[in-house]
This record gives sequence, structure tokens and C-alpha cells, in this order.
Amino acid sequence: MSARARLLLALGAVAALALPLVLPSNYAVNVAVMILFSAFLGQAWNIAGGFAGQTSFGHVVFFGTGAYASTILHATWGWNPWLAWPMAALAGGAVGLGIGALAFRAGLRGSYFALVTLAFAEVFRILANSAEFTRGGLGILIKADARAANFQFRDPAWFYYVALALVAASLAIAWWLRRSRFGAQLAAIRENEDAARALGIDVLRAKTLCMGISGAMAGAGGTFYAQKYLYIDPTIAFGVEKSVEMLLVSMIGGAGTVFGPLVGAVALGFVGEATRALTSAQGLGLVVYGIILVAIVARLPDGLIGLFARRAARRGGRDA
Amino acid sequence: MLEVRGLTRAFGGLKAVDGVDLDVPEGAIVGLIGPNGAGKTTCFAAIAGFVKPDAGSVRFAGADVTGREPHVVARAGMVRTFQITQPFARLSVRENVMVGAWLRHARRAEAEAAAERVARAVGMGAMLDMRAGDLTVAGRKRLELARALATSPRLLLLDEVMAGLNPTEVAEIVGVVRSIRDGGVTILLIEHVMQAVVSLAEQVHVLNQGRIIARGTPAAIVADPAVVEAYLGHGAAARLAGGGGGG
Repeated sequence: MSARARLLLALGAVAALALPLVLPSNYAVNVAVMILFSAFLGQAWNIAGGFAGQTSFGHVVFFGTGAYASTILHATWGWNPWLAWPMAALAGGAVGLGIGALAFRAGLRGSYFALVTLAFAEVFRILANSAEFTRGGLGILIKADARAANFQFRDPAWFYYVALALVAASLAIAWWLRRSRFGAQLAAIRENEDAARALGIDVLRAKTLCMGISGAMAGAGGTFYAQKYLYIDPTIAFGVEKSVEMLLVSMIGGAGTVFGPLVGAVALGFVGEATRALTSAQGLGLVVYGIILVAIVARLPDGLIGLFARRAARRGGRDA
Repeated sequence: MLEVRGLTRAFGGLKAVDGVDLDVPEGAIVGLIGPNGAGKTTCFAAIAGFVKPDAGSVRFAGADVTGREPHVVARAGMVRTFQITQPFARLSVRENVMVGAWLRHARRAEAEAAAERVARAVGMGAMLDMRAGDLTVAGRKRLELARALATSPRLLLLDEVMAGLNPTEVAEIVGVVRSIRDGGVTILLIEHVMQAVVSLAEQVHVLNQGRIIARGTPAAIVADPAVVEAYLGHGAAARLAGGGGGG
């Protein structure tokens, strides 16, 4: 990392830590929380969809699994939610490994893989809707008891700091992937599976493992969401909207890059707030997202990050 | 080093490889030649684990690797290149070669150093920061070679690394391949360009319609009527011997 990049990163970190102190209202802090949360989930998607090129349309399945795992442990079994949290990551990771192993062993790639993940998410939604232990379509309510020991905070600034820690951890994972052997293997698989195999990479194992990591991250995100809103139901936990959001922030920001999901989440967060301020028409935000995505895919295949990288390249630097 | 016995692979009714026996002694450069569609690439794919052979066996360095997954074969030290180059297009040349180097190096600095060393050895030292997708055909052929070489193989299977190159580039690659062998790597190469094989290989096997029709030194092979007929058509050998000229 260059000295300049290090300085930028330090400044960004300080600004992020100070942000809740300067934001004018709890509403603004909550928007910031959701932007960070979206960046975190986007990074989870990015590990599989960006770094390894395994585009999933159903990543919400890991988020939902995690949300249900910790919420059931907490609300039904009386676990402390902080203790239930790692279980959510484990559950999400296990489902990631499972779906990865099944889909990749069957040789599914590209759009076939995307459709199968979408189908898995739907199956999980239907199961959650009909099963007893998920309380079906009623969903599960977490009893409000705003104590930090209970992973509930009266002041949203604390959720902000938890979300910030999640984002920092996810950036560290992505950074490690850029530098490590495992990350190089995933990049090779994304670019050309046959060549990767010829060079000694166990493609099946690497892809499955990557789905496990990605699933564990999204699963951990599920707990955060449940503790923030104190309620989950099958549509929240396994609905297609979250899958799309994860994919959108990552692709708009720059799939396969370390900071892409964060940049994408911030951009989409502002767009979302702007459309909400300008009009009350339901769903207009989605229309705008769609237009932005089309524009990005057509004009900026490397996402918004690609813009910065291109400018850096013109200045003579290398490797953003 | 490599012992192939009775290797057979059919696609539908067509036996692309039909009972091929092939030996590659350690430290040698062995050529596998044959006209288009003779089954050379399928033969390679079956040896390196990319297609499962229907029959026959492949022994590498004393171990049976018949039908093993390609990555298992590669880790054992037998690595192939592709005739149709398969670069990691959006990665730099350095990153491409590093993918190979990571196989034997656990630390990034070591993998990077190894990759740069190999890239220089094949004459790509000046292209390290280029995107692989932006390379010329000759550059991509070299990249195939560099990536495979970076895995520190004991046996390299080179699939037409000279096809599509101009005579200067061929001469350069011939030098590179020879220096790789001198570095202790055994080489089995498929080539369509007869001249390249003749100048490189000590031993040549000729494949036609899935079968080995001749084997021997390059000089003996070029003089073999069966080989001439395989390349130029039935009766060609007799016509040439009759003083018709051509070639």
C-alpha cells in the first residue's frame, strides 16, 4: 500500500468513527447504519460473486439462515444474542458450503448457478413459512429490552459502531483475498477454470470454501438485522430484495474490488434517500437503481471504483 | 518419467485416441506430431486428466495417475499448456504467472519473486504489468509457458506453443524450451510445425487417426513413408520417391 493510500484510509477511518457525532438526527444515523450494513452484505456477496466470479441471485439464503439461527436461539431457547451471533455465522457458512458443494459438484456455472441459488432462497422461504420452529408466516418477534448486554441499543450510534466493525472486518477479509494464495486461486477460477485446474488448483474445493466464507459473513449479517429491527419473517429473511441489494451494491461499486461494495452502498444509499425525499411514489427507488445498474454495466464494467482506478492510472500510478 | 499404455478415448463412435503407447524418459524432449485431427490434443487431455480415458493407463514418476483430476496431476508435477491459449485475461502477466507460482510457494513475496524469475526466463520481463488480455499471440504463448513453468513441474506437456508464430518467434521459443529442459524439466511437446519438432526433439512419436504410426529420431521420422503419407495423403510417398518433387 502506498503512503498516499494509507493516509486516505486513516482519514476515512477517522471520519467514519466521528460521523455519528456530527449527524443531525437519529434518522440520519439510522440511514448511515443501513448503508454500512448494506456494504457489509455486499462484501459477503462480493467474495463469491466478485472475487471468485460465482454470481449468485440468492445470497439472501445465508442472511436469512443466520437471522433465523440466532433469533431462534435467542427468542426460543433463551441464548444471549451475542453468543448466538457466531452460531448464525456458522449456520450461514454451513449452508454456503452445502449449496456450494451441491451446485459446483453438479458442474453448474454462470447463469445456471445463479438460478439454482435463487431457487434455494425460495425453497428456504417456503420452508420458513410452513415450519413450526420458525413460527411460519407470523415471524419471530424479539422482546425489546434495550441493554448492550442484550445486543440492543437505545442510541442508534451503537448499532452504527457495530456495523462499522462489521464493515472493517469485511474489508480486511477482502484485502486478505487480494493478497493471498486463496484469493489468487479464486481470481484464476473467475478468469478461466480450465487453466486454473491445469495449474494445480482444486477448483471444486476453492469455490465451495469461498461460498462457505461468503455464507458465514451473510449469516452474521442476519443476526445484526434481527437485533436492529427485533423482528424477522420469511419474506424479510429470504425475500429476493436483499439478494438483489447485495448484488447491486457490489456490482455498482465494483465487483471483485476491496472497496467496491462500500462505494456502491454509499452511492445507492444517497440515491435511495434522494428519491425518497423527492417523491413518495412507491418503488421509484428501485426503478432508479435499475437505471443506474444498466448504465454501470454498459459504461463502467469495473463499477464506480473503476472510475477512480482509471484516473489513478492516468496519473501514472498502478493497481488501485 | 511418463509411461502411457494402451490409452484409448472415444467420442461417440470416433476413437480419437486408440491404444496409444508412449514413453518419455527423464530429461528428454519428446515430440508428438501428426496431422490435424490426429488426436494429439485429446491424447494430452487424457494424460493430464482433463478427459477420462476409456481404457489404458498413465504412469507418472512411478505412480498411477490414470483418470486423476487435473489439479492432482499438476501437483504431482505434470503440467500442461493449452493450444488455444487460456490467459487469465483481466489479470496482469505477473498475477497470471503467480497463480502458477503459488502452487509451490506459500508466501506472497516468494511467489512473486518466483513468478518474476520465470517471466524473465521466458523473455516476458518487460511485460509483467501488462494485462494478459492485451498480449499478442506470441505473448500469450509465452504466458502459457511461463505459468506452467512457475509451478516447478517435473514434466511439461506443451500443446502447440509454436503454432501461429512467425519464424523469428519460433526460433526464440525453441531456445526457451531448450533452456527449460536444460534446467532439468522433462518435456513432451505436441507440434504441428514439423521443423520445430525436428530441431528440438530427440524422440518423435507420430499420431494419425488416434494411433501411433511411427516412432524414432526426427531424421528417421521424416524419411518414413507412412509419416509422409499421413501428412500428404495416400500415395504421396511413392510419388515423392519417383522424383515428382514438391514438399
